Amino acid sequence: MPIDEQIHEFVGARRADLVRFAALQLRDPALAEDVVQETLIAAMQGAAEFGHRSSVKTWVYSILKRKVIDALRTRRQEVPVSQLGAAVEDDDGCEGLFDQRGFWATEHRPHRWADPEDSLEQQQFWQVFEACLDHLPERTSRVFMMRELLGLEVSEICQELAIVTSNCWVILHRARMGLRRCLDETWFAR
Amino acid sequence: MMNCKQATELMSQELDRPLAWRERMALRLHNLMCRGCHQYRKQLAFLRMALRSRAGGD
Ligand SMILES: [Zn+2]
Repeated sequence: MPIDEQIHEFVGARRADLVRFAALQLRDPALAEDVVQETLIAAMQGAAEFGHRSSVKTWVYSILKRKVIDALRTRRQEVPVSQLGAAVEDDDGCEGLFDQRGFWATEHRPHRWADPEDSLEQQQFWQVFEACLDHLPERTSRVFMMRELLGLEVSEICQELAIVTSNCWVILHRARMGLRRCLDETWFAR
Repeated sequence: MMNCKQATELMSQELDRPLAWRERMALRLHNLMCRGCHQYRKQLAFLRMALRSRAGGD
């Protein structure tokens, strides 16, 4: 199949996924639609140079990630990150999880998750997953998604958001702690 | 001995930077004796894998 048809087919089938991916990070459905639209145009224009270096999926997502980063940058000039959501020092998201000595409180000690890989195939799991991401404080989820969805290095994120590295680590730790806890309680505890 | 709170911090950081030898040893020792943290580490790895698969990774 010619590459431009492959791109069309992929975007046709996965458009909703692409929009959700962008919307999670931008928290603006209309902007997410625009970014996906731009991504499609860029993908079609770049079809000739794409060759077969990677799968269409990987390639389209790599364009989408760049577009999301651009959109975040543009918007950051309008809303400084320092004004977003809870400040770092607010709460550490760990309250109640550990006892006074810093060991897991009995009721919060992690237990084995049953067949987590199987969950990845279930649409319901992703709905829960996205709801859990949405529950993170905005600033926390921004940093976390730059790291895990956009695949940026911590040093790049720090520079981009003008925060010190150790703060970045703390924020990422809280995001993982919060996301794990939410999934544990709402999905794996069933 | 390192406590669970410190161990969870290191388990997060090992996804973002290479740990120093001492940190790796302390964490390994803790997780040998702590089933909760042993599970926590597996679950963080799962979260990363899930998110990367979401982000167009093959
Ligand atoms: Zn522990």
